[in-house]
Amino acid sequence: MNNGAGRRINGGAEEDDDEDDVNGDLDAWERTYTDERSWESLQEDESGMLRPIDNQALYHSQYRRRLRSLSSTAARIQKGLIRYLYIVIDLSRAASEMDFRPSRIAVIAKHVETFIREFFYQNPLSQVGIVTIKDGVAHCLTDIGGSPESHINALMKKLECSGDSSLQNALDLVDGYLNQIPSYGHREVLILYSALSTCDPGDIMDTIQKCRKSKIRCSVIGLAAEMFICKHLCQETGGTYSVALDESHFKELILEHAPPPPAIAEFAVANLIKMGFPQRAAEGSISICSCHKEAKVGAGYTCPRCKARACELPTECCVCGLTLVSSPHLARSYHHLFPIAPFDEVTSSHLNNPNCKLQRNCFGCQQSLLDPGNKPGPAVVCPKCKRYFCLDCDIYIHESLHNCPGCDSLRHS
Amino acid sequence: MASAPSKLYADDVSLVVVLLDTNPFFWSSSSLSFSQFLSHVLAFLNAILTLNQLNQVVVIATGYNSCDYVFDSSSDLNRSFENGRMPVMCSSLLQKLEEFLITDEQLSKEEPEGKIKPSLFSGSLSMALCYIQRVFRSGALHPHPRILCLQGSLDGPEQYVAIMNAIFSAQRSSVPIDSCYIGSQNSAFLQQASYITGGVHHKPQNLDGLFQYLMTIFATDLHSRSFIHLPKPVGVDFRASCFCHKNTIDMGYICSVCLSIFCKHHKKCSTCGSVFGQAQSEAASASDKKRKTPET
Repeated sequence: MNNGAGRRINGGAEEDDDEDDVNGDLDAWERTYTDERSWESLQEDESGMLRPIDNQALYHSQYRRRLRSLSSTAARIQKGLIRYLYIVIDLSRAASEMDFRPSRIAVIAKHVETFIREFFYQNPLSQVGIVTIKDGVAHCLTDIGGSPESHINALMKKLECSGDSSLQNALDLVDGYLNQIPSYGHREVLILYSALSTCDPGDIMDTIQKCRKSKIRCSVIGLAAEMFICKHLCQETGGTYSVALDESHFKELILEHAPPPPAIAEFAVANLIKMGFPQRAAEGSISICSCHKEAKVGAGYTCPRCKARACELPTECCVCGLTLVSSPHLARSYHHLFPIAPFDEVTSSHLNNPNCKLQRNCFGCQQSLLDPGNKPGPAVVCPKCKRYFCLDCDIYIHESLHNCPGCDSLRHS
Repeated sequence: MASAPSKLYADDVSLVVVLLDTNPFFWSSSSLSFSQFLSHVLAFLNAILTLNQLNQVVVIATGYNSCDYVFDSSSDLNRSFENGRMPVMCSSLLQKLEEFLITDEQLSKEEPEGKIKPSLFSGSLSMALCYIQRVFRSGALHPHPRILCLQGSLDGPEQYVAIMNAIFSAQRSSVPIDSCYIGSQNSAFLQQASYITGGVHHKPQNLDGLFQYLMTIFATDLHSRSFIHLPKPVGVDFRASCFCHKNTIDMGYICSVCLSIFCKHHKKCSTCGSVFGQAQSEAASASDKKRKTPET
């Protein structure tokens, strides 16, 4: 996980430099095992069962990564919440290489699936499409749409790799599609690139400028090595370029694209979008839904403008084109706009300060904050409500709950 | 938890986190007195603990100014069997509850104005979820957690974002939120919480029989629920209320930057300050249609 060889590509190496070049001649997959020596961290309890591995190190890397990303975006509250993202998957013969186990494409497919689910969870109003590059030709696998299942199913059926890869063909295709979307949407491309070359019919620099003019944010995750053309593309269009070292690093990189990026004013025009909030039809009523054209019993939503029936939300009404959402879909995005402040680590000066009374238990889960030796263990403190939390609650509060239990249990005047 | 023999955890062992509404403004106006309510609830909690010896109950008081844990059946203090289990449990719970109510009252600074006096439901819900995460962390074998909200006071609109965050987090870790609403009007927050997380929502008709409602609906463990006819959810209102007038609307305008909801066209978003183009809403819907036609 923390072998530095390629991480410095990812925008400056911070902490992992000391371990460079130790395991130079091993493959990436071998390195993950030799470096971590994960078998040594296994522990048994009294009855001989395996105990969960102490994840302190993992915690710290996550925590630091989160703090970094928070501090870079803390000032702005504008996020691109309505995203139109094309995932471009390189299915050239380089994708069948076996340096990732079992093969690059299997790893890509597995993590694209997780990514798509996570993406729709975090961006319920956004849409995704998939484009594949094979034999030098870009091909649209799925149209842009809001249903995770249809994308995943389509992708899993088409995983054969052959031929060369062409960045320009893919960008041209995606550019054509993304030019049709409404002006308020954020246009994004995420390219998962396995090849070390691109075989293009024309001048790719023109295409990059075209993408830049159409305000498409292009990001690339490489699986082989850094390429100048990818880096240039990302720099020109405001995206990020990173190269995966191994499978877990690839997963980390791809999931970084799930939270909405900061909104750039010139990229998407702020706008008011007309939306409908349909009522859920009474259980047991029979009607024909407009999306599948089938008679269905109960469980449907009625478009408030044209009264057509839709099966699930969010969607666009097939008859009048109104965007249909329910209020929880909107609410799911609100935590991006009202983030909670990162907690401070409790330092020894905190503990010695007589004004701050030492709290013995985590305010969230009531776990004792004392070490076995009755000394204060690691803890964090909310800067607003001054409540103490354990490290596990800290992660949970910032990564899933998005509420501070301490601040929420105080009445604000 | 740790001392319980892990092999015995089966699919019918429950952890019930009960959120108890102690809002004095609600109980002073309620037809059911707080002491009557407590006697129903205490009997119910005892019943849960006796249904399975590994069952666990945690009670969090939702006050007007603060929230706190008042009872945890797994903590060592409540484990003593010397005088029999039930009286120990009741006395420690009641004692902690009384302490909580006194501190909660001391925290209130001035007499609140206006009509809405909601409890701090979002705080107690967040605490319950933190506790449940700790149980999840305790190992592969743990009781199946669920949350039961016994709520009487009105919804606090200012807690909307926090409560929705908690609901989605519960949904993600598949923790059902059951809710029993004992006030006069029905609570949209609790209905949504139960609907989204797959819990049961019920509003008892006759509060004198509260114990029976609790036992028949909320006492069954999650595994047995699939065999039982529980009250069906009545229609859940998913309509949004606009940020400008707090009206409930079925069609409205959404700010594309921050997703704030407005009932009519504004020039500027009051939440994030984005300036909207005037004629673009028509253009956008037109382009929507244009995009739509080739597909259908």
